[in-house]
Amino acid sequence: MKREILLGDEAVGLGAVHAGISGVYGYPGTPSTEIFEFVEGIAKKTGTIHAFWSTNEKVAYEEALGMSWAGKRALITMKHVGLNVAADAFMNSAITGTNGGLVLSIADDPGMHSSQNEQDSRYFAKFAQIPCFEPGTQQECYDMTAEAFDLSEELGVPVMLRMVTRIAHSRSAIEVTPAPREQNPLRPSREIHKWTLLPSNARVQYKLLTEKQPELLRRAEASRFNRIELRGKRGIIACGIAWNYVLENLPGDHDFSILRIGQYPIPAGKIRELVECVDDVLVLEDGYPFVEEMLRGPFGLKQAVVKGRLSGELPRTGELNPDIVRRAMGLEPRGGLELPEAPVGRPPTLCPGCPHHDTFLALNEAISIYDTPQVFSDIGCYTLGALPPLEAIHSCVDMGASIGMASGAAHAGYRPAVAVIGDSTFAHGGMTSLLSATEQHVDVNVVILDNDTVAMTGTQRSMATGETLDRIVVGLGVEPDHVRVITPVPKNHDANVGVFREELAWEGPSVIIARRPCIEKVKRHK
Amino acid sequence: MEKNLILAGVGGQGILSIAFVLDNASVRAGYTFKQAEVHGMSQRGGAVQSNLRYADHEIYSDLIPSGRVDIILSVEPLEVERYWRMLAPDGWVISSVTPHVNIPDYPPMDQLLDQLTAFPNVVLVDAGKIAKAAGTLKAQNMAVLGAASPLLDFTDDQLLEFVGVLFARKGDRVVQINERAYRYGKAAGLFFRGLVDAGVAPRIALELGRKMDPATIDPGLASRWAGRVASDPAAAQALLDSEGDLACDRDL
Ligand code: SF4
Repeated sequence: MKREILLGDEAVGLGAVHAGISGVYGYPGTPSTEIFEFVEGIAKKTGTIHAFWSTNEKVAYEEALGMSWAGKRALITMKHVGLNVAADAFMNSAITGTNGGLVLSIADDPGMHSSQNEQDSRYFAKFAQIPCFEPGTQQECYDMTAEAFDLSEELGVPVMLRMVTRIAHSRSAIEVTPAPREQNPLRPSREIHKWTLLPSNARVQYKLLTEKQPELLRRAEASRFNRIELRGKRGIIACGIAWNYVLENLPGDHDFSILRIGQYPIPAGKIRELVECVDDVLVLEDGYPFVEEMLRGPFGLKQAVVKGRLSGELPRTGELNPDIVRRAMGLEPRGGLELPEAPVGRPPTLCPGCPHHDTFLALNEAISIYDTPQVFSDIGCYTLGALPPLEAIHSCVDMGASIGMASGAAHAGYRPAVAVIGDSTFAHGGMTSLLSATEQHVDVNVVILDNDTVAMTGTQRSMATGETLDRIVVGLGVEPDHVRVITPVPKNHDANVGVFREELAWEGPSVIIARRPCIEKVKRHK
Repeated sequence: MEKNLILAGVGGQGILSIAFVLDNASVRAGYTFKQAEVHGMSQRGGAVQSNLRYADHEIYSDLIPSGRVDIILSVEPLEVERYWRMLAPDGWVISSVTPHVNIPDYPPMDQLLDQLTAFPNVVLVDAGKIAKAAGTLKAQNMAVLGAASPLLDFTDDQLLEFVGVLFARKGDRVVQINERAYRYGKAAGLFFRGLVDAGVAPRIALELGRKMDPATIDPGLASRWAGRVASDPAAAQALLDSEGDLACDRDL
């Protein structure tokens, strides 16, 4: 056996390569980015795997589905909120089913280290009625990925692999197979009805999916990742990474009865087995109280007392850790030392010399002549412009929201309606909203921060930068006179303020492109 | 054997490079390890840390429980205080005293150093000065790794092998600079402890170490320097106030 030192993310990537994928698809997003990048690194050497970042998660998912249709295996990577974007493709891929194995590796972010929410992707897997794996170790990240591909291909359903930040971004040494699987040959699906979800076909396909459910459950019941050990009257259900926190605290001579869950649908039989021999069950899961809620049921469970996030034994929100779990297990807390606390925080900031900084200084000055102006913005490094001392932006909701929200505010009569969005975020989710705005001739001012990269996640390739971006903006209907390109450097400050002022004053959709490459990108790619 | 470390610093200071060396050395030495790190937003100049655990048995949690941290290895003095309450009662702090000031309300240095030197199990080195002497300010991380190395379960060769691997891509010169920073850091850390263990007040020990040309520091001379400080504090102070760097052997 070969040993490799890998992040959880990388272990998934390697697992997929060894499972014989022919393509990896995704959009960058912490904490999932390194899955794709790891495969991309291998693809660059071998030239046998398609690896090119997609415009957004929906596109990524559809491309992967096309590869599955063609009979080959495809891996999709995204962060949890990315699945909101890809949800249409995702939900319906469960109805069409797959041909080549199709695995969605998705990284949730409990505790919101780098995200705007902590939504739990296991609900999506249940919603789509597909199997879901939840690794607790880096080794499982690797092993489960291979199993997920096999399962997907055997049963003809997409399979989810759900991680959380702490496994995605934690490293360990794992053992990898000496015998990677060959890629599938090209063997397109000829079952046209299956892929053509006209209502008459869709009904048939949906029925097929529901008929697969007992088999999916049987697989989960028999899974080696769902293990039960019965001892005393106190029960624990530990999902995914929570299992590690239990083991960390478990005394050698403990009398807990424990069910460990790593594969879904929830193994109902095993849960019943546990519940029948305990007085209470502590449910430990990183994310939402998914299993806990199910166990409690709409009217509460009679046989045993269910403890967890809903009962107050665990915090309702945020990430689990060994200390929280220890307390919930009723074990003596291990205190730390009484020492002074760090007197100040150290929040992230824009890099020294970042182009966004100069753009924001000019925008702040230009807009200061209006009464308490607010600026709609988006997701990227520039979101840090919300913090002091710049405080240049005043919203951040989802990828592309800035333009839609600015338009809505303009419809309501708010002026000036300004949206600030990065080049890659614009390609991802802003283009369609800009088209809406130009078609309706809405008085919005869209500032596109073109730094030539997806900076926040590590300077990946942007889809709409430079001339491509200029052509898109004009193509979407913005009058060429009101597409202004500025270079955000300190010596241009006054001129840039002037450009902003002119466009703010003009009544109609305008786009100001602030173009200067990200410092980090220039450093890394030189 | 089990060692739990928090590697601390500011985004861009090379915390993950330290982790790379320790991860690989752990595997090479036959230990198991887990190492959780921070990516994404906080890497932009914010506080970053990595939980690194290695042991001769299986490790479960990727995060270190409170009260079980053996070593805080920090490339920045203020960052120590973010994590040191998680230390085990006999835990150690190994830190650089070179501040990274990128916030407006950075606390007064004097207050910070008083707090750090009041902690008994502490090793403080001026990684900025050491790295500069070694050849680049960027090598501060390796200087602190060197200072921490006597408390770790690896030989110098085991660690330096992976310092070499880490910087191989950047050429021999960069590898040598980083090795040098490691060695200077190790000497400075041992010298500091040698002084403190021989009865020198930690603040004086720190200042004396910082006053020296890092290339000359010889931990073997710590007890003689301690004797000198004890026998003639005024002369020692005069040395500290003198112009330029001291040479550890020549000025003794
Ligand atoms: S990574 Fe690039 S875009 Fe992000 S803050 Fe730094 S310079 Fe600005």
